[in-house]
Amino acid sequence: MSATLPIAQADAPLPAARRDIAPLLLVPAVVLAALPFMSFPTWITLTVAGLAMGMMIFIMASGLTLVFGLMSVLNFGHGAFVSVGAFAATYVLLPMRGWLETDSLLANLGVLGLAVLLAMAVTALLGWAFERVIIMPVYGQHLKQILITMGGMIVSEQLINVIWGAEQIALPLPAALRGAVFLGEAAIEKYRLLAVVVGGVVFAALFLTLNRTKIGLLIRAGVENGEMVEAMGYRIRRLFVGVFAAGSALAGLGGVMWGLYKETLVAHMGSEIMVLTFIVIIIGGLGSVGGCFIGSLLIALVGNYAGFLAPKVALVSNIVLMIAVLLWRPAGLYTKGRH
Amino acid sequence: MLTLSGVHTHIGQYHILQGVDLVVPRGGLAVLLGRNGAGKTTTLRTIMGLWKASRGTITFDGRDITKLSTPDIARAGIAYVPESMAVFSELTVRENLYLAARNGPLDAARVDWICGFFPALKKFWNYPAGNLSGGQKQMVAIARAIVEPKQLLLVDEPTKGLAPAIVQSLMAAFRDLKDTSTTILLVEQNFNFVRTLGDSVSVMDDGRVVHAGLMHDLAGDDALQQRLLGLSLDSHQ
Repeated sequence: MSATLPIAQADAPLPAARRDIAPLLLVPAVVLAALPFMSFPTWITLTVAGLAMGMMIFIMASGLTLVFGLMSVLNFGHGAFVSVGAFAATYVLLPMRGWLETDSLLANLGVLGLAVLLAMAVTALLGWAFERVIIMPVYGQHLKQILITMGGMIVSEQLINVIWGAEQIALPLPAALRGAVFLGEAAIEKYRLLAVVVGGVVFAALFLTLNRTKIGLLIRAGVENGEMVEAMGYRIRRLFVGVFAAGSALAGLGGVMWGLYKETLVAHMGSEIMVLTFIVIIIGGLGSVGGCFIGSLLIALVGNYAGFLAPKVALVSNIVLMIAVLLWRPAGLYTKGRH
Repeated sequence: MLTLSGVHTHIGQYHILQGVDLVVPRGGLAVLLGRNGAGKTTTLRTIMGLWKASRGTITFDGRDITKLSTPDIARAGIAYVPESMAVFSELTVRENLYLAARNGPLDAARVDWICGFFPALKKFWNYPAGNLSGGQKQMVAIARAIVEPKQLLLVDEPTKGLAPAIVQSLMAAFRDLKDTSTTILLVEQNFNFVRTLGDSVSVMDDGRVVHAGLMHDLAGDDALQQRLLGLSLDSHQ
């Protein structure tokens, strides 16, 4: 059966695999560049706060960029999942408020974990329905996608008002997560530390899933060439739905984190964060999870430093950062299908 | 094994296939020839369900696959190597083959067998496929298609843009593959590449099959080549 055949150029030297590390260096570069302009404790506080906010933005944006990369869908309704996730969590957080008021970190985290699970389940289900009802008829039609998903978000926000009422809902932080820990003179809010940990776990889980599992390889292959994945016998449609539901669930998780960070829930909280989310995925490169991660951290860190050093500049720092990145790399930090 | 009867395919407003009748016998290597734009690639894509036939029927192993989805057609036992090769450039060679092994883990013995054809694959096993040369990518694409036993292998212009030495390697690989139970339908423009490989041949023009017969007959008939392909065998020697 086997026959060793002379393969021309088999021994030709292969160009070394190029690793594009320049975007990876941006975050440490920004962090270190800010240090000379402020005291060390302030720098620590602002950096951790920036990382925490960046992680929360990443959680909300990662699903969006994955959905775009795999399905080429511009989902302007993604913010609805953020809002619905936060509101769904109130079904656990409000009745179990007593558990959140105890000083037991374990009890607080237990309730929070339950709320997150419920929020993710609800938003995954909503995402599945959203994909079937709203997205499916407009695959490949970007203009229609923008219009119909924005419409979907407006309807979702109104439905939130119908179900949970139009008044904002107060969502105080769990007792054990209030206040700050001190590193020397630097104050670091406990909840922000939790956000960094959760964001890190989500990124690690996404990274491992995309790189170490067959389903992850399929997603990456599907981002690059969905047609070929189908020609190999895989039903990419199911993959689409799964990724859409997973992306929506991540938005739901982000919604819970963001709602607790703001300590207030309003129906349009998701749409408010959408502009930032889109800036992040444009900076990262549409479809790139790694780019989205770096973009989220950059946006949050630059915003935080600018807010401290020159508050007026902070108002435009996101846009300036996006312009600078796009002038450097017009397709974003990483191109679709890579990283 | 595979029969196309009066297959029409429209792509947008264009009527590409205009009643293709094609029979691929079981076993051996069937060749589909034709000039650029004759409809060869569209024929393969229509067989795979990547473009839907607007009329006609495609039967594979006695089963009507005209309306089946692409994954179902692939699961029926048809593998496809597109003209673009479509290797997943960010994935390593191993990962490309691993994904193609849909029914389980990679079969080490089969991988060894494939690497017998293409030793370069083993050497670059853990390299991103996007970093490989055109010829090496073609090897990955073909290896991916045969990493699991398939009944029918559709290959679209595998020699396009490749150096002559690589073409010789591919020719040797296809010659070996012919000895397995896999039937091959090969689309080519390089007549020299297929004239000794092919068992049967069909020639397309303007979206139709205008000639079907044995390769041996076409290879030995300069006048027929001149009429069908606008060339004579001598011009390739």
